[in-house]
Amino acid sequence: MKRSQLAETHTLAVLVENKAGVLARVAGLFARRGFNIDSLAVAPTDERFSRITIVVDAESAPIDQIKKQLDKLINVVDIVELQPESSALREMVLVRLELPEDDQVDDVLQLVSGFNGAVLRVRGTQMILSLSSRPDELDSFVEKLQPYGIRELQRTGAIAIPGIE
Amino acid sequence: MEMDGGQALLKALEYEGVEVVFGYPGGAILPVYDSVLDAGIRHVLVRHEQGAGHMASGYAHATGKPGVVMVTSGPAATNIVTPLADAYLDSVPMVAITGQVPYGLIGTDAFQETDTTGITMSITKHNYLVSDPNDIPQIVHEAFHIATHGRPGPVLIDLPKNITDAMNPDSKMTWRDPVAVDLPGFQPVLDGDPADIEAAVKLLKDAERPVIYAGGGILKSRAAAELQALAEKTNTPVVTTLMARGALPDSHELNLGMPGMHGNYTAVMAMQEADLLLALGSRFDDRVTGRLDSFAPDAKVVHVDIDPAELGKIRHPDVAIRGDAKRVIAAMLDTLGTAQTADHGAWRSKLSGWQENYPLAYEPAEPGGKLKPQMVIESIRDASPKDTIVASGVGQHQMWASQYWTFDHAYTWLNSGGLGTMGYSIPAAVGAKAGMPDRTVWAIDGDGCFQMTCQELITASVENIPIKVALLNNTYLGMVRQWQEMFYENRLSEVDLSGPVPDYIKLSEAMGCVAIRVEDPDEVEDAIARANAINDRPVVVEFLTEPGENVYPMVPGGKSNSDIVVPPFQEKETRS
Repeated sequence: MKRSQLAETHTLAVLVENKAGVLARVAGLFARRGFNIDSLAVAPTDERFSRITIVVDAESAPIDQIKKQLDKLINVVDIVELQPESSALREMVLVRLELPEDDQVDDVLQLVSGFNGAVLRVRGTQMILSLSSRPDELDSFVEKLQPYGIRELQRTGAIAIPGIE
Repeated sequence: MEMDGGQALLKALEYEGVEVVFGYPGGAILPVYDSVLDAGIRHVLVRHEQGAGHMASGYAHATGKPGVVMVTSGPAATNIVTPLADAYLDSVPMVAITGQVPYGLIGTDAFQETDTTGITMSITKHNYLVSDPNDIPQIVHEAFHIATHGRPGPVLIDLPKNITDAMNPDSKMTWRDPVAVDLPGFQPVLDGDPADIEAAVKLLKDAERPVIYAGGGILKSRAAAELQALAEKTNTPVVTTLMARGALPDSHELNLGMPGMHGNYTAVMAMQEADLLLALGSRFDDRVTGRLDSFAPDAKVVHVDIDPAELGKIRHPDVAIRGDAKRVIAAMLDTLGTAQTADHGAWRSKLSGWQENYPLAYEPAEPGGKLKPQMVIESIRDASPKDTIVASGVGQHQMWASQYWTFDHAYTWLNSGGLGTMGYSIPAAVGAKAGMPDRTVWAIDGDGCFQMTCQELITASVENIPIKVALLNNTYLGMVRQWQEMFYENRLSEVDLSGPVPDYIKLSEAMGCVAIRVEDPDEVEDAIARANAINDRPVVVEFLTEPGENVYPMVPGGKSNSDIVVPPFQEKETRS
């Protein structure tokens, strides 16, 4: 299944204090309350805070309850539910190809450039590509790469921030 | 001021006003115990760490102050997992201090190492692993703040040995008084939204069949007086849940008593037929609602809770108010002003009709038969001071204690409502008595519970904490036996405690208690009078009670509250 076609999801931008164990607290809360995480990305924003982007399966529990339970964690400072149409959301993919034919390099380069992706390495028939875009763009990128021998693929999970009003 | 982390911990506890710590020493917490000798804090040495945790809980329930438990790492930390979970589910303010292996050894499977913060993450409100002794004053201050503000709960502080041990240079620290807490993610909202309060008051004024559904949050917010004022001003009947017994005096004409699985008929049916439930600090627990989709079908719901996650978690409220019960009720009273509520005459007379037809009742003992446990509880109630503190374990005796005691004072009932922890009563009673030494404290216990935690009677003897225990010995795990009788064709599986051991008299005497066995109804009063007169040591009164006695009424698990089962000798009206 294409990741962008997963059952209904909600995207939460969660500001947390940058303290030891905070990711375990968030993940543990989801586990014990029976909430399903679709993807999760976390990194510090400054010395004191980190931002976690969590894409949650909206069918596992009411989103309101998920937000309220998260908010009870002492280290969780703020939770914003991001609306897909108005927020900026990006996901990244890394793909390693092993081309079935020697003469396909140009085709791939053209495809990558059409998506505004990047070629990170080329050696013989092996290539490593990257693309940072919306999840549906990533889906279509990966689909178009299928004939070119995908050997390994890693997606990051979405990161997102509210849009400009 | 220069000191080591162990000294800092005790100084920090003193700074927070701690008067008593319940605990047990051991390897990783040894350096802290060296400082216990020099601190102005009473330490109560328990016989099992679980007891220390429940004592801290009983202390907190009775005094309103946070209870403190201190134990070592590994098995001691895991032994307080049960009381932490218990306190978490019942929102009891507690601070737990655990020793930990030296910081550098964490993760190496060192002797008596457990991942204490990991294990307790989901059963504490928050926890800390301290790495720098200079952080101790501030972390302890934060822990007490978190435990006692917002919805109360347990907070744990894990202290690696290297930062408390005077012989280790890692432990050197400079004491600085804690500063005001800076917790951007913990900002409890205390005052309800005025528009919501207005909406709630309007519903309350217009309701024809209102019921106040008072929960443990009333007691946590020390709002018993406000609850009574609101009930009286609006003439609204009140049900007090298992966690809220005493929140309104049982002798008050508006108090319908306990609702729920073993609630009385009127309290259960009043909620079922209400057109408005005003839920104050209660959480629509499954033991109260029964089958949810048929619970209080006609009622609009106003839900007041300090924890916003409770609002709408189980039952969708028509008006949700996030706030502290005491302040929200006060605001509702202000908003009401001199307004008149709707006439509740028909509703009140319906309720009195139920009260008349379906009182809590039991059949007296047959001549020569065993004692009725309900009669024993009534006898203790009638012979003890009105402000007696009562602790119970979990099971039939807990339900009878809640049903047949008359709670006319708030903060006098200690029990394990959420977790249902057998063995809660004796240690909880010890904790309450340590905090309120001038009050009479009775533990009403069953024989199953007694065998789980009776060793804390040694603590009570040695520490001179003279509690009284009413051991209702029915020689069964009674509640399990009742369920097997009712739902498993009376196939009794592993519920027989008839012994012949232990001899509870010898056992109690060996632990330093005065022990009295009562078999004859005529001896009950004298035995209780004797127990109430003893104040220099704990007393255990063993009552040999009817083994087959069941708790009624009962809403069978998963059934609608309207399917309430009354005792066999009361015939239920046919309902359309």
